[in-house]
Amino acid sequence: MPVAASAIYFLNLRGDVLINRTYRDDVGGNMVDAFRINIMQTKELGTCPVRQIGGCSFFYMRISNVYIVIVVSSNANVACAFKFVVEAVTLFKSYFGGAFDEDAIRNNFVLIYELLDEIMDFGYPQNLSPEILKLYITQEGVRSPFSSKPSDKPVPNATLQVTGAVGWRREGLVYKKNEVFLDIVESVNLLMSSKGSVLRCDVTGKILMKCFLSGMPDLKLGLNDKIGLEKESQLKSRPSKSGKTIELDDVTFHQCVNLTRFNSEKTVSFVPPDGEFELMKYRITEGVNLPFRVLPTIKELGRTRMEINVKVKSVFGAKMFALGVVIKIPVPKQTAKTSFQVTSGRAKYNAAIDCLVWKIRKFPGQTEPTLSAEVELISTMAEKKSWTKPPIEMEFQVPMFTASGLRVRFLKVWEKSGYNTVEWVRYITKGGSYEIRC
Amino acid sequence: MSGHDSKYFSTTKKGEIPELKEELNSQYKDKRKDAVKKVIAAMTVGKDVSSLFTDVVNCMQTENLELKKLVYLYLINYAKSQPDLAILAVNTFVKDSQDPNPLIRALAVRTMGCIRVDKITEYLCDPLQRCLKDDDPYVRKTAAICVAKLYDINAELVEDRGFLDALKDLISDNNPMVVANAVAALAEIQENSSRPIFEITSHTLSKLLTALNECTEWGQVFILDALSKYKAADAREAENIVERVTPRLQHANCAVVLSAVKMILQQMELITSTDVVRNLCKKMAPPLVTLLSAEPEIQYVALRNINLIVQRRPTILAHEIKVFFCKYNDPIYVKMEKLEIMIKLASDRNIDQVLLEFKEYATEVDVDFVRKAVRAIGRCAIKLERAAERCISVLLELIKIKVNYVVQEAIIVIKDIFRRYPNTYESIIATLCESLDTLDEPEAKASMIWIIGEYAERIDNADELLESFLESFPEEPAQVQLQLLTATVKLFLKKPTEGPQQMIQVVLNNATVETDNPDLRDRAYIYWRLLSTDPEAAKDVVLAEKPVISDDSNQLDPSLLDELLANIATLSSVYHKPPDAFVTRVKTAQRTEEDDYPDGSETGYSESPSHAVDSGASPPATSTNAPYAAARQPSPVSPAQVPDLLGDLVGLDNDNSNNAIVSIDQPTVPAGPPLPVLLPASSGQGLQISAQLIRRDGQIFYSLLFENNSQIPLDGFMIQFNKNTFGVAAAGPLQVPQLLPGTSARTLLPMVLFQNIAPGPPSTLLQVAVKNNQQPVWYFNDKFSLLVFFTEDGRIERSTFLETWKSLPDSNEVSKDFQGIVVNSVETTLDRLTSSNMFFIAKRKHANQEVLYLSAKIPRGIPFLIELTAAVGIPGLKCAIKTPSPEIAPLFFEAIEILLKS
Repeated sequence: MPVAASAIYFLNLRGDVLINRTYRDDVGGNMVDAFRINIMQTKELGTCPVRQIGGCSFFYMRISNVYIVIVVSSNANVACAFKFVVEAVTLFKSYFGGAFDEDAIRNNFVLIYELLDEIMDFGYPQNLSPEILKLYITQEGVRSPFSSKPSDKPVPNATLQVTGAVGWRREGLVYKKNEVFLDIVESVNLLMSSKGSVLRCDVTGKILMKCFLSGMPDLKLGLNDKIGLEKESQLKSRPSKSGKTIELDDVTFHQCVNLTRFNSEKTVSFVPPDGEFELMKYRITEGVNLPFRVLPTIKELGRTRMEINVKVKSVFGAKMFALGVVIKIPVPKQTAKTSFQVTSGRAKYNAAIDCLVWKIRKFPGQTEPTLSAEVELISTMAEKKSWTKPPIEMEFQVPMFTASGLRVRFLKVWEKSGYNTVEWVRYITKGGSYEIRC
Repeated sequence: MSGHDSKYFSTTKKGEIPELKEELNSQYKDKRKDAVKKVIAAMTVGKDVSSLFTDVVNCMQTENLELKKLVYLYLINYAKSQPDLAILAVNTFVKDSQDPNPLIRALAVRTMGCIRVDKITEYLCDPLQRCLKDDDPYVRKTAAICVAKLYDINAELVEDRGFLDALKDLISDNNPMVVANAVAALAEIQENSSRPIFEITSHTLSKLLTALNECTEWGQVFILDALSKYKAADAREAENIVERVTPRLQHANCAVVLSAVKMILQQMELITSTDVVRNLCKKMAPPLVTLLSAEPEIQYVALRNINLIVQRRPTILAHEIKVFFCKYNDPIYVKMEKLEIMIKLASDRNIDQVLLEFKEYATEVDVDFVRKAVRAIGRCAIKLERAAERCISVLLELIKIKVNYVVQEAIIVIKDIFRRYPNTYESIIATLCESLDTLDEPEAKASMIWIIGEYAERIDNADELLESFLESFPEEPAQVQLQLLTATVKLFLKKPTEGPQQMIQVVLNNATVETDNPDLRDRAYIYWRLLSTDPEAAKDVVLAEKPVISDDSNQLDPSLLDELLANIATLSSVYHKPPDAFVTRVKTAQRTEEDDYPDGSETGYSESPSHAVDSGASPPATSTNAPYAAARQPSPVSPAQVPDLLGDLVGLDNDNSNNAIVSIDQPTVPAGPPLPVLLPASSGQGLQISAQLIRRDGQIFYSLLFENNSQIPLDGFMIQFNKNTFGVAAAGPLQVPQLLPGTSARTLLPMVLFQNIAPGPPSTLLQVAVKNNQQPVWYFNDKFSLLVFFTEDGRIERSTFLETWKSLPDSNEVSKDFQGIVVNSVETTLDRLTSSNMFFIAKRKHANQEVLYLSAKIPRGIPFLIELTAAVGIPGLKCAIKTPSPEIAPLFFEAIEILLKS
């Protein structure tokens, strides 16, 4: 049964109900108490997001300082329920202008009730596209708290758009200047062993799109991925041009992309929603260009002293540079004193997270700064127990660089009025979970 | 921008309710709206504002949509507590349902459906009927869900008013969202009804597959979930379906992906071409891996499902083990699940890498995770023979770190490794003994003691080691005491010298006189008796060779796995329990007389199923370590029968109750004894149907007799079976020629099992629907006997019988007394049982009673171990059975009663 929820609760960290909505009669009104007593107030919190208490099951997620709890008593679709929560939060954020926390909920509770009534019916998720919902769920109070005019202006065919085949775009948009912005954002995930061998490495990328296009345009996107190129050359019966092609392990698309067509022709064609959205996500594991190599050496000198040397090598082009590089080097809890030298950037010891934090604001390509530190430890009475070493973690951003080598080859826009569009493309690579064991 | 609603939460000091009342009745619209908002705010924080019902409802008739919605919200919450006042709202609802604005029409119907007050429900029908045929798709999609709401309140009303047909019409609607909601509503109604309401034909299938391309992401989930119940006719159809579903794997919504995976896996069962299957496996891997980059909660759901998927199709992710490597910052519940899957995917090819990972995890902070990592190493050793040595050396390295809980966990798994590979790795015992005095957990202690006892002859100072434990014997937990007892006996048998002899005196004394624990006492007495009468026999028993263990922990039973895979993405797949194990909701539709089970058998299924997986961390193979070799005879000794006079009377009364079914022991032949009439001519417009499920030549048939007493020829017979406990269904079409008036036809319809398994407690009810071209569809109920399912290969070897009996927990034993049965001759009884595929194994005498042991099997190899106790010629028979599926016991008793009574 694809039912996702019998009731939904928004709780603050103390367990007070901020909002609750019951969709089905099969759960009691006091189930939230069971959640509070059996999960929130125990050590169980955070050990498992799906739990059964009595005849009911609870799914919960924490988002900023709010717990969102779904209660069911049937064999509900859990995947559906969690995805619904994620999407609902995105929707609320887009209504509140970005923030989603306890205050935002209290300040917009009427709106949230209204939205909750609209986006789920009898436990079945309905249309959650912010673009469409904003057509007919408006809170004039949100914009100007003192206005008191009823907002009953008729919304022509709003209902048709909610249920329409293109349920994510409204008709009749007009822009003076037709523009499309494409952002290719890649996160490199790395897990490297202490011996320097790559245990796991992949890139998760997403293509974010911002569309300001009139009418109902049809778009087609071409990338330098292997399958797409092969299919294309096959269709046009001419050999594909040489050049770097990459192999995408998996792609997932926004609901606007025609999946059947992608499956048969390997082209990404779609009618985009208006404004900003995530067009696609992809994953690549082969041929990843790691932007940084980290070479740590940690020596324990006796029981109270350690020597740490970390060399970080940037392996992208010399003309490019990385921004906001942060390297967190873990040290034992009983660290008493640290002293270090760095050849670039700044380093300090952060006792709250038991790390040496080394920051380099601008990090040019083909360089290799080093940090050498000496750590003094408080000698403890505890028996000699080897220190559990968390990995070195690294954050960074490298503009105009893709770790996967992905490039946008073309973006074609068709609209019956035949206007010209301007396309902008940006690339950026970020550190995802970039972990080096030591 | 941000709202300022929080002001509504601030309360005025005194007399809040009267003040609100006044404001609600204000002449100013804005004041009224603010007041309603304050009421809703009060309701949210849990204050009782039901006393304002009339005042709030008075605000309902407004042009302001926002205000109207708030009033409706209030109504949904309080209508139930004020049913009489709720009627005040009906007029506005009915009026709103005819409003020119479709949003208001839909809102009215949606809200009315949420108000579960009988009086309102009556008024809902007319607006709902209109809205189902509304011009606006938004109204229709809302009305479709509303039918499901109404069905939940009053199923009869929905059927009487023809809403089901209207709903079915919506499947052909031109708007995809209406289609999707109609499918969701129908699927839910079907789930709560035992009648066939929503059957997916190949026609609806293709329509829905087309709608899949156009509807919203959620709609796709509804449709995929409904279609996953569809059984393709053959491999070709299955391939076609799969081809149209695979594009969904690329969807960004995880629920769509998982539902698509579910459907593909279901259809794959039918696909025979290995190429196609291989290709599909290849296609499913990447989307599954991608789910692991979603929010941790979604990752958790995905991992629980992947755990099931790799059990059925290990090839899908065989090369992807790296994606399950734990990140340092993964939440603990994600790490635990990843670990479980890593063990499942570990192979000779990747074991080195996997071991390095496990070793890394064993040094992390979270104690539970560390323990699980250590256990994982042991489980890999047991699973992969060639890697066992490497696993051991990793464990030894970990022991050297001397972290207490790591050492203890390592000892527990090493004990299992010794069991799996006897006489191979004993050289490490010395290292283990070094940690002896740090052990403080019962399981670790028990394991260490077991090792010492088992290898007493190779450990020079085994007696000293054991003695060190003996001092605290009375304070130890039962687990440790039992091991100490056995280990001491082993030591004595292996080294019958003075020291051990003294020890054994101490232990036996402690374990018999000084203990309250019956298990310990019984075991001690058995050892004592053995040692004092025949030490050689004691050796044979205590030092007997032990069966080989394997790592089957957390491996699910195939039939359960089937059921769970059919429930991918749902709660059932996360809990790894079948839905009826945690859903307690009673079906609203027909209850059958089958709900009454024979007395005394409830114990069998009031407990949760034995295979339920409670936690991923359940200890592997540890239950096998206790050498219960002492118990050579089946332990249950049936107590002397207590005559029960009342039972006698009841027994006599019961005599005829079940005889509607002809006894099964004589296989029915078409010309043989009459079949029971299931559809009498009087209720079948002249058509009479008699039928019975029979077994012949190892095959199950439905033997049917059609008699046409009507005035017209009947043709085009078809048959359909509703879901039932064993999933009995027709293997082919029903072959009945045209029946002229006054003629009859007999047929044997071959049957298959496990097609459409009904959840819920087992029952012998078989619901059948038969139709022909001339008459309406006939529904009738049949009852089958469990004996029909007993397979010809049910004979079990004596030794296997004993082992199986021992290996099953006592909770799997169910027994029942039949006061009305007289066994006049053991031979004839056995003959009769054998003819029903219950096979004789052994017999013994107990006082004046005969005790017979028999075995039988139902398909999928589920054994029944049967113990019959009766005194020849005296009424009364006690039947005890032990089986992995004790929930079926009532059906067994029902069948055996009929068999032995006649």
